[in-house]
Amino acid sequence: MATIPVEYGLFLAIILFSLGLVGVLIRRNVVFILLSVEIMLNAAGLGFVIAGSHWGQADGQIMFIFILTMASAEVSVGLALAIQLYHRLKTLDTNSISKMRG
Amino acid sequence: MLGLLWLIPVIPLIGFILLAIIGPRLSRTAVAIIGVGSVGISAILAILVAISFISSPPAGNAFTQTLWTWINVTNFNPGISFYLDSLSMIMVLVVTFVGFVIHLYSAEHMLHQEGYSRFFAYMNLFVGSMLILVLANNLLLLYLGWEGVGLCSYLLIGFWYTNPANGRAARKAFIVTRVGDAAMAIGLFLLFNNLATLNIQDVMQRAAQTWQIGSPLAVTAAALLLGGAVGKSAQLPLQTWLPDAMAGPSPVSALIHAATMVTAGVYLIARTHVLFSLAPSVQLAVAIVGAATLLLAGFSALTQWDIKRVLAYSTISQIGYMFLALGVGAWSAAIFHFMTHAFFKALLFLAAGVVIDAMNDEHNMFKMGGLRTQLPLTFWTFLIGSSALSALPLITSGFYSKDLILFDAYASPSGSTWLWLAGLVGAFLTSIYTFRMVFLTFFGKPKTKAVYQPGSRINLALIVLAAFALLIGFLETPSFLGNINVLGNFLSASLPATSILPQRAGSEGILELVSAVISLVGIYLAYLLFLRVPKTTEAMVQSPVGAVLHRYWFSGWGFDWLYDTVLVRPFVWMANSNKNDFIDLLYKGIIRLNEALHRVLSNTENGLVRWYATGIAIGAVIIIAIVVFL
Amino acid sequence: MILPWIIIILVIGGTLAWIAGRFGPHWPRWISLATLGIHFGFLLYLWIQNYSIFTLTTRSPWFALFDIPWISQIGISFSLGMDGLSLLLILLINLLGIMAVACSWNAIKDRVGFFHFNLMWILASITGVFLALDLFLFYFFWELMLVPLYFLIGIWGYENRIYATIKFFIFTQVSGLFMLLGILGLYFVHGANTGVYTFSYFQLLGTKLPQPLGFLLMLGMFLAFAVKLPVVPFHTWLPDAHTEAPTAGSVDLAGLVLKVGAYGMIRFLIPLFPKDSLSFAPIAMALGIIGILYGAIVAFGQTDLKRLIAYTSISHMGFVILGIFAWNTIALQGAIIIMIAHGISTSGLFIMVGDLMSRLHTRDFRRMGGLWSTLPRMGGAAMVFTLASLGLPGLGNFVGEFLVLLGVYRVSIPAAALATLGFIVATIYSLWIIQGAFHGRNTEGWKLQDMSSREAAIMTTLIAVILWLGIYPQTVLNTSLPAVEAMQKYAIETQQTIVSPQISPAQPLPIEGSITINTGGKP
Repeated sequence: MATIPVEYGLFLAIILFSLGLVGVLIRRNVVFILLSVEIMLNAAGLGFVIAGSHWGQADGQIMFIFILTMASAEVSVGLALAIQLYHRLKTLDTNSISKMRG
Repeated sequence: MLGLLWLIPVIPLIGFILLAIIGPRLSRTAVAIIGVGSVGISAILAILVAISFISSPPAGNAFTQTLWTWINVTNFNPGISFYLDSLSMIMVLVVTFVGFVIHLYSAEHMLHQEGYSRFFAYMNLFVGSMLILVLANNLLLLYLGWEGVGLCSYLLIGFWYTNPANGRAARKAFIVTRVGDAAMAIGLFLLFNNLATLNIQDVMQRAAQTWQIGSPLAVTAAALLLGGAVGKSAQLPLQTWLPDAMAGPSPVSALIHAATMVTAGVYLIARTHVLFSLAPSVQLAVAIVGAATLLLAGFSALTQWDIKRVLAYSTISQIGYMFLALGVGAWSAAIFHFMTHAFFKALLFLAAGVVIDAMNDEHNMFKMGGLRTQLPLTFWTFLIGSSALSALPLITSGFYSKDLILFDAYASPSGSTWLWLAGLVGAFLTSIYTFRMVFLTFFGKPKTKAVYQPGSRINLALIVLAAFALLIGFLETPSFLGNINVLGNFLSASLPATSILPQRAGSEGILELVSAVISLVGIYLAYLLFLRVPKTTEAMVQSPVGAVLHRYWFSGWGFDWLYDTVLVRPFVWMANSNKNDFIDLLYKGIIRLNEALHRVLSNTENGLVRWYATGIAIGAVIIIAIVVFL
Repeated sequence: MILPWIIIILVIGGTLAWIAGRFGPHWPRWISLATLGIHFGFLLYLWIQNYSIFTLTTRSPWFALFDIPWISQIGISFSLGMDGLSLLLILLINLLGIMAVACSWNAIKDRVGFFHFNLMWILASITGVFLALDLFLFYFFWELMLVPLYFLIGIWGYENRIYATIKFFIFTQVSGLFMLLGILGLYFVHGANTGVYTFSYFQLLGTKLPQPLGFLLMLGMFLAFAVKLPVVPFHTWLPDAHTEAPTAGSVDLAGLVLKVGAYGMIRFLIPLFPKDSLSFAPIAMALGIIGILYGAIVAFGQTDLKRLIAYTSISHMGFVILGIFAWNTIALQGAIIIMIAHGISTSGLFIMVGDLMSRLHTRDFRRMGGLWSTLPRMGGAAMVFTLASLGLPGLGNFVGEFLVLLGVYRVSIPAAALATLGFIVATIYSLWIIQGAFHGRNTEGWKLQDMSSREAAIMTTLIAVILWLGIYPQTVLNTSLPAVEAMQKYAIETQQTIVSPQISPAQPLPIEGSITINTGGKP
């Protein structure tokens, strides 16, 4: 079986991560920020899986399962926050929640 | 009887305490009784002590009485103790007696003034301090009296405190004399640290044993003490305070600024004469200071229109004579002149006080005139005082004391023709300005009517002082006029006799004649200039040269201006411009820096979630970069 | 067991006063007064009883010691000791404490209980500072003192009080940390040298310190004391604190807090670091001279009467540091007299200003003038205190200043000569106080009530003390002498060969070892 070089996989993970990060930084809508965070998490998970397959060990997959669990928890909390945000301020713009500026 | 010595200074102090505490609630009569009475008791005690001192002299011709040890730290243990020898005996007699007469005068003179009890409280405090000064056994106690009299001078110059000008004059007097006092204090540190005592007799004894003549320490010590003496006695260069001090009431000028306090410097130098003998250069400086002062003050006195300021400059000038005498080693002549001066100058001030009262508080002599008939007694006593001041030959005390100084200035080993000449010119000036005062005030046409006649207490005081101003001179007469040496013999126990160069000793008669003529010529000149042809005098003053000289002399040779520019203004400017304390700027700067940093950093806390996320991302990148690349 | 009680009485009195504040404003006043009265009587008894031992120089200067372990694991003990010096200073703060209570009798109307609580706790902690013989305990009391003082100024002060309290707190706190560093450094060096880790004063005496660590530790401690004293570049908290403090606070600051710095130098700084502090002496003395002159000049420029007096304090404290670093018996005794006399005279002035303020409602000098005609008795009292501060012989300050300069002359002639200029500048500002407030024209037409009997009683007491110090200072000098000599001995035992703290080469006397136990001059 022809193997894909590990660099390719990691490169993909980096691109995904960067996309997510940029998404987090430039989007103002909280839902899109959550989506971007998901992309970052999955990029990280991809990195684990690739590394696991490269070393031939199951740790990478185990980590990915952890990340999945954690991501679902994060999403639920994040969505709850988003609902609260909308509920209170009638907007999903994150710039409006800057009351804690120094 | 000698055991009563301590009461002499203590009784006026008790008077002060009584008057300070309960004085305002007492009637004026009671205040006068306490105020005058305490000094009177002191005077009686002084006479009793003097009788006992002369009739049965104590061992060593000196009597020491210790009340308690004032300060005792290791070997520094000055006591509150009094030392009576012939020098301090004379000082005590003059201070208490003249003090008493002046108090008597004040009881009437100040009667209608506000603050009657305050006045007598200060006066009593003054007499007490002055007596402590002259009786002190050690230099520290002397310094206590010294500062005490300075304080009273300040309080009494500023007695009419509501006028800011009086306050300024009072502060000036205190601060200028304190400059001298600071020098004197350093002198005390020097003496103690090198001789391990401040007891005056021990200081002199040890100084004579340990120091060579002209050794640097002796010179420094004497120079520092001279600094104190110059300040207190209003000699060059610290003479500027005395003319302004005339802002005080007339009895104050008579007691403090003529008879007693201002001669404290003379007393100090006479008291520590051994130190000055060990430092010939300083002693010469004393003579030069005296000669220069008597001339400068004499010229200034010529131009004043305020009768009290004339007297003030003449006081400076007469103390200059005493310094001249001290400088040439004529110790007893200085004390003799101090005595006669105390009587006739106090008399002049008191009489001037009557004149000023009679003229409704007018000090300007040019607005007076013809008072001879209106105030006959005052006129005659003033005339006696003036004659004594201008050393009218044979009958006045001033003649004997001043001519003794002139002779000694010429004939003593450290004297010189120049010093004698300076004294002679001074004597000439003295007659002119003194009789200028007499002619302007008492002769000529009456310009204003006298609104007041002195009462019995004032008249009594004037008569007593006038009698002394005439008679006290016969305590010491030159060899060809009876050769009486009562005072010199009495003082010889505490002050060394004046040595006279044998080749100059014979000139005494001629010198006396010269100065007698000079004095008479001066009086005649004054008559010409100010009574016969005042227009000519006026023209002289108006001429260009005359105007410049007049301005300089009138302002006391511009010393006030000089000190004002060099010292007072810079100090005030410095204090006012640094009101907010520039050191605080440093700490304010730290505060500003912190605030600026605070503002910069608080900008990062802007509450934007994405901004924080950026921060986290950049931070992560940096950390990874560090881990990977380093 | 006497010594802890000296502190505890005050602590209890203060707490009681706070509690009693619920029942009415007069309760705390009387309780504080009673406590302080009892305390004062007790101290006076202690003094009179022990006075005779001061003449027996062979005995130890410590006439009461107290020592129980506190945190023994790291060598901290609750160790107190009283000698003549601490007794005198405790008597002083007690007397001034009574004056502080008396002068705020009518002035403080708000939260009277808490006010007296703070007042008493300040006194208690300063008493602790004067008694502590364990460096940790000393530091503990040192810092404890700040808190009630902070409240005292912060709550009952004037307009700008928050700025002043924070400034004051930061200055003292930061400098206190430097002292902590010094103490800890000494602790560890001593532990490393001997294996005994202890904060005990007596054991730490004579610790051999490596260079330059010793010098730095000394500098840290000096800084703490210098800020409290205050020495000139670190003085700016004082005018602000004084200006904003209530009268009682000013009395505490001038009479008590400033003395702590000087006490620390005499008791701890020089005996613990003899060599380093004496090599530092020229700088310290120079700072003292700068303080004398600078404080006086700035004082003259002030228009706020309280600020003016605050700067005069700085000027006077310059004499104290000068005397301490001259380190001979005469100068030290002089410094102690100045500490006491300055406490009395400056408190007197502050109380006088407080009385004036309660009548005029201003501290501004320019609005006063000619008050003598309406307040003659207060003017007389003010005159005595200003004359004391200008160093008039016969009043306490003169004795101190003269002794200091006499002792300083022995060490450095230029220093003595320059410091003597202080006499002149002191005259200038002192007369300015009298002129500005009491003489001159009464331009605003003030018609005021002269001193009440309570105010008169305060003034009379203070005047009596200052006169007594001026005419018969011997009682005080005798009491402090054994302590002063012991301090000098501690310093000498530590360092046998000490570099002479000369500033000038011109030396009138050969001085044996420079910190002599002063056999005095020759011959």
